[in-house]
Amino acid sequence: MIPVNRVVHEIPAGLDPESAEWLRVLSGTGPRREAALARLHGMLLRIAQRETRRRGPRMLIVGPELEDLAYQAAADALMAITAKLSQFRGESRFTTWAYRFVILEVSAKLGRHFWRRPDVRLEAEDWDRLPGRFGFEPARESEWRDLLAALRRAVDTELTARQREVFVAIVVNGVPLDALAVRLDSNRNALYKMMFDARRKLRVALAANGYLDDDDPGCS
Amino acid sequence: MNGWLALDRFLRADPRDVGCAEAMELLHVYVDLVAAGEPAEQRYPGIAAHLRACGPCGEDFEALLAAVRDDAG
Repeated sequence: MIPVNRVVHEIPAGLDPESAEWLRVLSGTGPRREAALARLHGMLLRIAQRETRRRGPRMLIVGPELEDLAYQAAADALMAITAKLSQFRGESRFTTWAYRFVILEVSAKLGRHFWRRPDVRLEAEDWDRLPGRFGFEPARESEWRDLLAALRRAVDTELTARQREVFVAIVVNGVPLDALAVRLDSNRNALYKMMFDARRKLRVALAANGYLDDDDPGCS
Repeated sequence: MNGWLALDRFLRADPRDVGCAEAMELLHVYVDLVAAGEPAEQRYPGIAAHLRACGPCGEDFEALLAAVRDDAG
């Protein structure tokens, strides 16, 4: 049973008619609200199914498990939407605001699911994969060997232990950001900021040693 | 794209980048602007910079835009 949100007292001014109608019906009671919830759930489910089918195979998730994940994402998104209805300020169409919830749910659920893969180990450091991650061709190794050796040295000498851990997991081992956030009990934003600072430090180090141009405004 | 260019792009940290939290907080607003053909990048350059650099947020942006365009179609 989806709880009734009783906090929405007035419809934001300037709302498009369709969004205003969603807000009016969802903040009410009775059969019209139930019908609107069912319709919204159907819309959220369709998006969740498309996204899980598109992203799932990368995580080695297929079949009924993928479908379960889509249903969970749609149900959790619907709960979040009804709980936060009063926070909708009309800055976008209502459906765009609502769809964001289900897409973020899919991302978070796939991140948690990643660690069920038997081949995943956070501790492993497979630096041999690094050239492939950036598209360096094996046949031209003589051209990039020194660059990647310098990058690895900079990872060891310029980054903090935590930055190094995050860099290796994401860049070397290919762990998705959302999955790493689950494992490290962190969040996407905190890890991204850590990587942001790490990238800047590494670029400064490589530029100082002549491997990259020193023209990045973010490196001042 | 060759490896040097890919690595160089990856390591460039755009100072306008607002990070995941702010980008996701305003993602619905940004997507509606893009879907309407409005200059979203000019209005929110920090979000645009972030979506270019952050794979997961970029993917969420593309997914939300596709959902909105499906509705419109």
